[in-house]
Amino acid sequence: MSACESTFPPSSSMSELDRAIVLATQAGLALEPRPYHRIADELGVDPELVMVRMRKMLEDGRIRRIGLVPNHYRLGCTANGMAVWDVADPYVDQAGEQIAALDFVSHCYQRPRLPPAWRYNLFTMVHGKNRYEVRKSVARIARILGDRCSAHEVLFSTRILKKTGLRFG
Amino acid sequence: MDELDARIVNAIQGGFPVTERPFLDAARALHTTEDELLLRLKNMLDDGVATRFGPLFNAEHMGGAFTLCAMSVPPDDFDDVVEQINAHPQVAHNYEREHTMNIWFVLATETPEEIDSTIAEIEEETGYVVHNLPKSKEYCVGFRVNL
Repeated sequence: MSACESTFPPSSSMSELDRAIVLATQAGLALEPRPYHRIADELGVDPELVMVRMRKMLEDGRIRRIGLVPNHYRLGCTANGMAVWDVADPYVDQAGEQIAALDFVSHCYQRPRLPPAWRYNLFTMVHGKNRYEVRKSVARIARILGDRCSAHEVLFSTRILKKTGLRFG
Repeated sequence: MDELDARIVNAIQGGFPVTERPFLDAARALHTTEDELLLRLKNMLDDGVATRFGPLFNAEHMGGAFTLCAMSVPPDDFDDVVEQINAHPQVAHNYEREHTMNIWFVLATETPEEIDSTIAEIEEETGYVVHNLPKSKEYCVGFRVNL
């Protein structure tokens, strides 16, 4: 199993404390020397316990990572394309792991085919400074996939029609 | 942005320590001070170079269900259909894409059943098929911005 796959069963319910930690940190960590102590103060618990629970959530995948989320647009990474691939079923996991490791791929998912409307089973979000760069990266993926992939397309987004952040409560 | 900002962005997109003085620990690895790192991070957030600093959660494990939906809608009906789709609070993101499958939206609901009922409602309201493409597997991404 890959490191990003969660071992936390989606159906299981989180403890009250873990839920409270999620709520207390979803807007971000405090930029002060002891941010985990700040959370502990807010929740009225021992700081060590907050850190133990956060490490546990990192380990089981409920927290994907802790760090800075750069604004891609502000850093010149303004083009993105959803590249979709028709990969022969026996190779899709192997291909998915391989493509996900590329540093210009931000999401890599297997999804069902819905013939005849939709033939593609591997989805990758590819980022770049412009469409030309995105197309070059897509061509690189195509070379890596080789004969395992029988067709692919890139769907560039032309407009954001709605965007609301996910909030947990 | 200067060289230290770039090093901070490159180094700190994941793996931030869970320790008593995490900024101190991270600063040492970057050969800077805790105060300087805190200031740089604050400035990057204030300037909009970064959108957030903290844990990134796996939404599926916070309760709820998610899926990606695609629709193919002709230009004449496009705006009306988008309005009908977006009226549903379960629609978290919605993008127009250059393809015959031109509308792509993410549904986020409290229960798996609500995914099905929302899709049924959108199909009935719009008269167009909603293609439901839930992820069957996620692959680990190495994505990061490299400055």
